[in-house]
Amino acid sequence: MPLLEVNDLQVEFSTHDANVRAVNGVNFTLEEGETLGIVGESGSGKSQSVLAMLGLLASNGRARGRAMYRGENLIGMSDRAMNRIRGNRLSMIFQDPMSSLNPYLTIERQMTEVLELHKNVTRREAKKRAISMLEAVRIPEAAHRIGQYPHELSGGMRQRVMIAMALLCEPEVLFADEPTTALDVTVQAQILQLLRNLQHDFGTSIVLITHDLGVVAGLCEKVMVMYGGRVMEQCDAATLFAKPSHPYTIGLLRALPRLDHAGGELTGIPGNPPNMAHPPAGCPFHERCADASDECAVDAPALKAVETGWLRACHRPVHQVTKEASHV
Amino acid sequence: MSDATILSVRDMRVHFQVKSKNRLPWAPRRTLKAVDGVSFELKAGETLGVVGESGCGKSTLSRAILNLIPATAGDIVWMGATLSGASAREWHRVRGDVQMIFQDPLASLDPRMTVGQIIAEPLVEHRPGMDKQEIDVRVRAMMAKVGLREQMINRYPHEFSGGQCQRIGIARALIVEPKLVICDEPVSALDVSIQAQIVNLLKSLQREMKLALIFIAHDLAVVRHISDRVMVMYLGRVMELADKHALYDTPRHPYTRALLSAVPVPDPAVERAKTVQILSGDIPSPIDPPSGCVFHTRCPMAQARCSQEVPALRALGADSSAACLFA
Amino acid sequence: MKSASLAPMLEKAVAGRSPWQDARARFLRNKAAVVSLILLVLITLACIVGPWLLPNEFDSTDWNATSVAPTLANWHLFGTDDTGRDLLVRCLIGGRVSLMIGALATLTSVTLGIVWGAIAGFVGGRIDNAMMRIVDMMYAIPYLLIAILMVTLLGREFYLVVITITIFSWMDMARVVRGQTLSIRLKEYVEAARAIGVPTRRIIARHVVPNLLGIVAIYTTVTVPAVILTESVLSFLGLGVQEPMTSWGVLIQDGVGVMESSPWILLFPAALLSITLYCINFVGDGLRDALDPKDR
Repeated sequence: MPLLEVNDLQVEFSTHDANVRAVNGVNFTLEEGETLGIVGESGSGKSQSVLAMLGLLASNGRARGRAMYRGENLIGMSDRAMNRIRGNRLSMIFQDPMSSLNPYLTIERQMTEVLELHKNVTRREAKKRAISMLEAVRIPEAAHRIGQYPHELSGGMRQRVMIAMALLCEPEVLFADEPTTALDVTVQAQILQLLRNLQHDFGTSIVLITHDLGVVAGLCEKVMVMYGGRVMEQCDAATLFAKPSHPYTIGLLRALPRLDHAGGELTGIPGNPPNMAHPPAGCPFHERCADASDECAVDAPALKAVETGWLRACHRPVHQVTKEASHV
Repeated sequence: MSDATILSVRDMRVHFQVKSKNRLPWAPRRTLKAVDGVSFELKAGETLGVVGESGCGKSTLSRAILNLIPATAGDIVWMGATLSGASAREWHRVRGDVQMIFQDPLASLDPRMTVGQIIAEPLVEHRPGMDKQEIDVRVRAMMAKVGLREQMINRYPHEFSGGQCQRIGIARALIVEPKLVICDEPVSALDVSIQAQIVNLLKSLQREMKLALIFIAHDLAVVRHISDRVMVMYLGRVMELADKHALYDTPRHPYTRALLSAVPVPDPAVERAKTVQILSGDIPSPIDPPSGCVFHTRCPMAQARCSQEVPALRALGADSSAACLFA
Repeated sequence: MKSASLAPMLEKAVAGRSPWQDARARFLRNKAAVVSLILLVLITLACIVGPWLLPNEFDSTDWNATSVAPTLANWHLFGTDDTGRDLLVRCLIGGRVSLMIGALATLTSVTLGIVWGAIAGFVGGRIDNAMMRIVDMMYAIPYLLIAILMVTLLGREFYLVVITITIFSWMDMARVVRGQTLSIRLKEYVEAARAIGVPTRRIIARHVVPNLLGIVAIYTTVTVPAVILTESVLSFLGLGVQEPMTSWGVLIQDGVGVMESSPWILLFPAALLSITLYCINFVGDGLRDALDPKDR
């Protein structure tokens, strides 16, 4: 029984100019202990999909579809029911830890608040658990640091506090929205290793949203590539990197500057990311796709299984997609 | 590509005075050493990549080269002429030859000017005799060169995407045909697929217009694709300055090695097999940098000497130099 | 290579949608602001053109028709005051004066405020400090006492009233402009201009001032009601324009005296003043929403 099963998730925002369809039919499943990476660029809808699942959309956003967690649909769930699950069974950490932490409260207060709310423990017991969790995320001198304010910690440490807070109630799924994008690369390496260890120790499933394919390669077993609000390709990480089959994934991997390849030519994907207020008809990628045909401009391809666990949304069959020779 | 050295920076220091911790008016002021002794040379048509993490001073260095932030000490020699203590008029002339591209593509464009006016501004400034017709012709030609459609000349920045805004920024920087362009994280704010477009554009324009580039970034992989030589900075000092191949294949400084191992590679097999050199602790503050070698607090090879001596940038072969006692 | 996702363009350059045009569209969507603007224009037109069209004179007394309630006879739509002068025409004439003083005093105080604030904000440092402390001192001075002093010593000429009002109305604008200049100064496009080599004075003219206009427009609509009110207060105290010239403040003063017996003498000028001030405020609100950059 998968932990999380998402079916035809749609998110729409109503603005002055137009209705923006940020997410247009997302499907995926998440098993226990699995790590799923959701990869996409701006306008892909990756963040909005997860925010919709946790009931965190902006006030002008509407979500439709099904996100089944333990038999209940997260979409459309009442606020009260959602509050019992959020922070408790499903946790989330965000990109900028400074704006996610309350600058006026000490770390202790923010962490014990989570425990007191969900686990009904005394303040003292909550503090003990908080300190041990801070130690688990490798914050030095945890007992002393817990009394500090967010601005007294560095960016990397604040992100660790966020992770600690998210794991306090031992959630089943941890959603991480670009958790390391704002961090320096050496600090990012520390945080990624931490996430790997925590997943190993606690068995938490992780849904990692990022634009960085390198991060995904190191942390995720399953990868879902999104573009223009739709899923383009979804499979396990090894297959995605070794045998990408969707023109967008191929283009993305080719456009990526890599340390392990001796600086040859980078091939960008021509064109610009889609304007979600006026999305292109048919397949959202067709205007930038080297393999696009007339069909692509009219019909959005459905997400179909190629093999078990490997889904792609493209009119072109796998063997007809242009694959260039890999970097010299 | 001529071999002439066009820019020579010697022992550049940029220090800021900050209020002391307890903010009492008589307490001694502390110094933030953003750049603390950086030296390098740049030849015509060459690309120097500058990498480093937060607080390393790379952005401040770029501002100081253009005197947008005054340097506290050190020499800048541009085309053979010393610029330290230069008058405003001399700096004005230099700015006609040295241009800058900024990190946030949209924010670096005045929202109330059209694209045409934005790109024309350096021409208006540095070629005062040029008439409107000529300026218009040049602006349109430049737009075509950077891949912008001519018809967009009267549009406003907010009507463009991030990648297009950066193209406008590039057009603006290149329209006066400078000899050096300083690029301050020009692709960090862009999507991956657009990054590649912009990097390729810069490379082709560099070849065509014979530009020298100083390319500042925190992404080592991007730097590898565009630079001839790379300078690694940490807390205001240069840790390693080497030819691109030397740096990426055989890094000599422990910080460079740690940095390279920390960059995630988009290949699951490689990622899982590699052992990342995790640096202990956080980056120290530039207000209170460690004594001796600034990296010694996090260095896996540190010894007692390291906290006492400041290692100089020593040449280690024809194309590489590092500031380490044990390199 | 496929072309970018834009419809095929005509040969000619396409005019862009400037931030001003965006703002205008947003303003026009705000019904309260548009209605207020129309009302304001109507009132202004009435005040300018009305007295020429109406048969009565504003200073012709008629002892046979003193304190007549509003009636259609003789075009006394607002009634007459205690000396038989037609109130409608007096209100319109008074409106001319109030609006004119309002406009002039606003113009001078806004100009002074912009110059003061922009210089302080851009130069910074000690000069900025000194200039802002002067602003603080001006706030501390009790303007009414000084206004009374000035008018008593120098007389009640029209231009003196304008100057008096100006002296005490420029500080808000100066503060706001300084704040905005400070924030613009730190923006990246100003840094880009410096990197290009644009000299300071041209940066101010080309980059800072156009980006200031938004907030200037908003605060002008805040200054106008304040100025009109100040003039009305001065007139109410007998320190405004001299007889037989009248303004809304003077009319209100006259009306207060006979409030119980002839309420219309107070009601009409008071209503006109209130409506005008309300409308200006709504327009100001509309401008503020229209120019709010967050909405972009």
